[in-house]
Amino acid sequence: MATTVTFSQEIGNLLHAAGGTPVSACMQCGTCSGTCPVGDFMDVRPQRLIRMIDAGFKDKVMATRAFWYCASCYQCTVRCPRGIDIAELMYGLKRYTIWKNQYPEDLIGPAFSETFVKNIVRTGRSYEPVLATSYFFTLGLKEMLSEAQNATMLMLKGRLPVLPARIKRLENFKRMIKRIIPIGD
Amino acid sequence: MTKKTFAYFPGCSLEKMAESYHLSTVEIARVMGMELKELEDWNCCGATAYFHVDELLAHTLCARNLAMAEKEGLDLVAPCSGCYKNMHACNAHLKKDHDLADHINFALEEDNLRYDGKIKVHHLIEVFSEDLKEVKAKATNPLTGLKVAPYYGCQILRPRKFEHENVEEPRYFEDLMTAIGATPVDFLLRLRCCGAALIITNRQAALSMVRNLLQNALDSGADVIATACPLCQVNLECYQDQVNAEFGTKYSVPVFYFTQLMGLSMGIPAKRLGIGTEFLSPPAAMLAACRKAAAV
Repeated sequence: MATTVTFSQEIGNLLHAAGGTPVSACMQCGTCSGTCPVGDFMDVRPQRLIRMIDAGFKDKVMATRAFWYCASCYQCTVRCPRGIDIAELMYGLKRYTIWKNQYPEDLIGPAFSETFVKNIVRTGRSYEPVLATSYFFTLGLKEMLSEAQNATMLMLKGRLPVLPARIKRLENFKRMIKRIIPIGD
Repeated sequence: MTKKTFAYFPGCSLEKMAESYHLSTVEIARVMGMELKELEDWNCCGATAYFHVDELLAHTLCARNLAMAEKEGLDLVAPCSGCYKNMHACNAHLKKDHDLADHINFALEEDNLRYDGKIKVHHLIEVFSEDLKEVKAKATNPLTGLKVAPYYGCQILRPRKFEHENVEEPRYFEDLMTAIGATPVDFLLRLRCCGAALIITNRQAALSMVRNLLQNALDSGADVIATACPLCQVNLECYQDQVNAEFGTKYSVPVFYFTQLMGLSMGIPAKRLGIGTEFLSPPAAMLAACRKAAAV
């Protein structure tokens, strides 16, 4: 007989890598929120976010920007007394919203990550100047100027790559990726 | 003592943005009698961005590097904290989850590779910290009088939690700085995040995080911040102008890689350690060591 998967279970299933401690184990102690270095900038702090997931507030969770503010510092993860891998939960939520194509449009994070991924699939290596194109024109004038100033300084110091690096066995590498996601050319 | 040999994974940042980290690493490894064999045809570890999009592919990227190191029969060492964390975590997953390992090995066949979980992954700083006696013996140009804020950051410690491991109160960075004659200061926020990629995706948050770290380093009396990660270096040093513009502050705190400080203490000329490619000049106590190293 078919059973309905709750939102909390669905998010729990995203935590393949986290070893499986479900968010329902949370006892709302607030250690994660208190320890998070980005907490002040989040619309919803981790403790509350976990409760919202557990309570099945899917729409509210999907509209939240907090997980795109996670810097993946894992301070919450190592301090959680219930063993919930909260930083991996944030990763899971990022993937979930990209998968559902539902995230606030003004966020730079999703576009930046997708540009990064495309770049690696193409060359096997990361190349900073290409990444800049994913966010540069979303910046305000002041930020744009300061970013350009930083890039100029890095260039003068010989710290900006002129040409993108690429791995040697790139064809093998691309075929390797296609064995994970089977797509044509 | 037998010569230590590692498969060396420089990572994308060290190719250009953090070339000084690479140069100084190679120099001090030579002095320490350690062989770093650069992993042939290594690929990007995926950083944080790849894990935002697809976890399985992200692990596959890391696994390819692990497999190449295993083929050489060597443990892998990474100087970038992000690369280290990704490959260390991937290694743990593959050893634990055989279905995942089988799936990824099926993909690795395309590059004639296979990973059987036989190697370990180390961060560069661990490797040197394990041999403090040798570091001290080689530090013939000690950095006397240099007050260093040892900045661990996040990923060389977290999310790892080995049995009995103290991820909250480590001492090895301080001990390493002491071994090269410098004075480590009590840097309260030494494990606090620098903001990482938020410097691009959520600038306000990251600049505020950088400001807190700079202020705390100054409050602790440091002349210089020592780091073990290219992203920490860029955030803490290259964005000081932006922090100053945003908060009306006047920070000017030099940030160097621990390998550059080690290299100076070993009498290696500053230029060979990439010193001079930073935005900010070294403090007086470091300049004195630079002059002595150049005279050797």
